[in-house]
Amino acid sequence: MSDALTLGTDLLEASVRFATPLALASLGECVSERAGVINIGLEGAIICGALGATVAAGAVGVGLGFAAGALAGVAIAAVFALFTVWMRADQIITGTAITLLAAGLTGTLYRSTFGASGVALSTPTIGATAVPGISALPLLGASFFNQPVITYLVYVLAPLVTWWMFRTHAGLGLRAIGERPEAAIAAGVSPRLTQTLAVLFAGAMAGLAGATLVLAQAGTFVEGMSSGRGFIAIAIVVLGRWHPMGVLGASLLFGAAQSLDTVFQSMGWREVPYQLFLAIPYLMTLVVLALASARARAPAALGQKELAEK
Amino acid sequence: MIRALVQTLVLLAVALATLVLLLVATGHAPAPALTAMANGAFGSSYALLSATPVRAIPLALAGLAVAIAFRAGILNVGAEGQLLVGATAAACIAALVSTHPGVPAVVVIVVMLSAGTLAGGLWAGIAAWLRTRFGVLEVISTIMLNFLALYLVGYLVRGPLQEPTRMNPQSPTLPEALHLPVLVEGSRLHAGLLLAIGLAVLAWWWLRNTASGFRLRAVGGNARAAASAGRVNVPRVVAGAFLTSGALAGVAGAVQYTGVTYAMYENFSPGYGYKAIAVALLARLNPLGVLVAALLFGALEAGANAMERDAGVPNVVVSVVEAALILLVVAADRWQARAGAQATTTVRA
Repeated sequence: MSDALTLGTDLLEASVRFATPLALASLGECVSERAGVINIGLEGAIICGALGATVAAGAVGVGLGFAAGALAGVAIAAVFALFTVWMRADQIITGTAITLLAAGLTGTLYRSTFGASGVALSTPTIGATAVPGISALPLLGASFFNQPVITYLVYVLAPLVTWWMFRTHAGLGLRAIGERPEAAIAAGVSPRLTQTLAVLFAGAMAGLAGATLVLAQAGTFVEGMSSGRGFIAIAIVVLGRWHPMGVLGASLLFGAAQSLDTVFQSMGWREVPYQLFLAIPYLMTLVVLALASARARAPAALGQKELAEK
Repeated sequence: MIRALVQTLVLLAVALATLVLLLVATGHAPAPALTAMANGAFGSSYALLSATPVRAIPLALAGLAVAIAFRAGILNVGAEGQLLVGATAAACIAALVSTHPGVPAVVVIVVMLSAGTLAGGLWAGIAAWLRTRFGVLEVISTIMLNFLALYLVGYLVRGPLQEPTRMNPQSPTLPEALHLPVLVEGSRLHAGLLLAIGLAVLAWWWLRNTASGFRLRAVGGNARAAASAGRVNVPRVVAGAFLTSGALAGVAGAVQYTGVTYAMYENFSPGYGYKAIAVALLARLNPLGVLVAALLFGALEAGANAMERDAGVPNVVVSVVEAALILLVVAADRWQARAGAQATTTVRA
């Protein structure tokens, strides 16, 4: 019994840990998509955040490392916003270019600064901070409340974003731009300002996700370490039906899929090829999208280039 | 035509200026780096006959794949995965044939290329089916399929497809008789070049002169109008274009396997499928333009490798140039569209 409990706690703890960067990135993407902007460049913002965090954490400490990660994400998102919001270029093509740009930029900067071989550079990491009291509870307490501080930020942000999105005037404006841009513009909402802020917020969140990969998990930077999380985040937003709390739940599901790999490896299942476990989150994304896309309804103006502006 | 060429040259100059900025910012002297790059791309008969054109071949084939899909309004960013399964299928055929030594080499080569084409088409078919049946965004599904293809290759080259000594994670080396023929004695330039040129001309002609090519462009231009005014069966056209696109990417992989690498392994493709998007966009989705853009990118890639070898500049820097090119093309198009819109407003006023 206690063995099963330990395994369950470990599995859940790992799920939450893997879900954290996904949740950060997809909460940002959720806001951006609600404003009608789909950002495939999220993947690029994550890797920029990871490098920004790595550099800053070594120089000025872990806390500022997270801030630097968010800032790096904002910087690359600003380029995306310039093209998609201000020049009304195709969002998907721009996003693809941004991801390629980020891969090239981070690779070049990293190898130029830390050597061609990419000497294993280790950064300080933040450990788990147990929430007094709750973390003593078996299973849920020990897994959900024995995490790095950045995970707790997700717990706070998801309801906060929900409240902002559905209960404030600005949130209504954001959703209106994504659903009925003409009506929103007629009502005096600026599509450029709204979408730019939404894209920058998504960039900051993706940057934080990248910082989390380095500062709360790997403890080092590896080229391409975002490994598709930006794309998975977009699937998570679909599964979460463009609702912050739904996104939170969907992230946990994907975190769980990722944690299966670790668990099965620790159980010593050698006859099953490990690539199968690595493939699970990607396979799951396809299945989930197939099931969710048919019923889910995206913001009506999602991906729309031209908004009737003056 | 000349205007487009001039514009492309200007964009290229801006992209190279970006490269210089980045070189300076990362503490590399630009002059020796650019010299190494130019030499690597054009500076010797090896560069001209092997390094540059050999790299251009997979980019041209995959670039055609992207161009056809984008023309139909399908955002297939899965050329990478389709290319990988195409190469894998060819390697599987080679493994099967190795136990039947009697089959003529020509037949085996044709079957390998056909298998690659088919596999690429089927891999794209998954995304096509997910889109037409469930409305899944092909951008996401094709990227997921890229990762799945990578893990599939990783599994196969450590499992059923691994070379007999089981030392390295790669397939057995393709026997010389089954290599694609080399075009110029003493170079690495292989017959894949002719295939790329032939397919580009075919694609150009098809899009321009056939009814199905017209339907494809109509669906890409405005699917709703094509369906209502032109009575075009949109899902069918979309599926057809998606499969064709995947097939082209698949044959790119098979050609690379039979013409260059002669073995299958995990890092088989240094992102050809992603670079192909830049190639297709730079070519303005014109199949003949794809050939030119691919040659340019082949030169960039060859140059970047020489730059890393001779000037110590990381070769990933080329991705920045490629991304800058995509963004510049996009910006130029938007600028032109806006200028055009303003011109019409003036006329109306």
